[in-house]
Amino acid sequence: MQRHLAIVPAYNEAGAIAATVADVHEHAPEFDVVVIDDGSTDATAAYARAAGAVVIQLPFNLGIGGAVQAGYLYARDRGYEVAVQIDGDGQHDPRELRKLLGVLRADPGLNMVTGSRFAGDGEDGYRSSASRRVGIRLFAFILSRVVGRPVTDPTSGMRMCDRKAIELFAADYPHDYPEVEAVLMLHAHRLEGTEVPVRMRARTTGVSSINASRSVLYMVKVLLAIFVGLLRARPTVDPGEPAPVAAPRGI
Amino acid sequence: MEPRLQLISIVASLGVFALVFELVRRRRLMERYALLWMLAATSLLVMSIWSDLLNQLADALGVQYGPSVLFAVVLGFGFMLMIHFSLVLSRLSDQNKVLAQQLALLQSEQETGRAASAGDPRDAEQSAGGDLRVS
Repeated sequence: MQRHLAIVPAYNEAGAIAATVADVHEHAPEFDVVVIDDGSTDATAAYARAAGAVVIQLPFNLGIGGAVQAGYLYARDRGYEVAVQIDGDGQHDPRELRKLLGVLRADPGLNMVTGSRFAGDGEDGYRSSASRRVGIRLFAFILSRVVGRPVTDPTSGMRMCDRKAIELFAADYPHDYPEVEAVLMLHAHRLEGTEVPVRMRARTTGVSSINASRSVLYMVKVLLAIFVGLLRARPTVDPGEPAPVAAPRGI
Repeated sequence: MEPRLQLISIVASLGVFALVFELVRRRRLMERYALLWMLAATSLLVMSIWSDLLNQLADALGVQYGPSVLFAVVLGFGFMLMIHFSLVLSRLSDQNKVLAQQLALLQSEQETGRAASAGDPRDAEQSAGGDLRVS
């Protein structure tokens, strides 16, 4: 039987994490749950543990990229066949996981399935600010051109990966705002991705990691990452090379 | 160059050199980060002693105003040092990330191991499959 893992990055989500974990257990029982506590200062880890999740507690805040990568490292080391990222704030509905899993399994050539708020009929319950929508459209446009398939929701954090994609992301995952870049990395490694329309809920507690004043900085950083990424001779580095992202792992 | 100015600049660049040297000697500065500083101090010293060097350099480069070559050299060193620091910082923050992840994974492994010895068979199977070593 295949083993499935739900990676739940959480930073100060004590108010929502227990419900999120319970939700996954209830609606997607075939998924083990690992919560990556990204250096929270509240009781996120304790709530997650009490809810029955394995908790990986980072000693300090690494940011979403480092947290998610820790989850992929766990998935790779424990031999999971499928790993899915789910936000700790309860935005992502675990009932959609079955849909994503079905699409991923239906096509063996597929390596990553993203839950998109904007794909399909366009009817969705998710609301976000106008400036954020402009940014999302811009990234969607650029990414679609680059990877040669429609990408409607480049910043969606709900993505399901097969073993190949798990191994890729465990070895190298982008730093600051990783979602957009991860799509590019996948493409650079000739792995295939697709999107499935999902509904997302408005977050119930906590605050988004990207507030309005930071979104411009966010856009500039991601655009830089996209264009530098395109010009890289080789998309990833191997351990032991002088590039810093190749810092050797293992003790 | 005026002898007084020459004396001041020799003393100043010797001072920089001595400061860097002293920091290395007290092990507050690692050799690998001291080299660029020492190179900078040495070239300042050379230019102070051989005061005509600046003018010759300016002539060779087609610079009208000799001292601006000095600014260019100093700016160049400052630029190199800052790039150097950015590189070191990038490497350090990445190594830091790897360490944090590795520590967290090991810790969770240890916890599941402890839970396993307390008699939960599912956790035992999990930790047996885990190998944190990464190639």
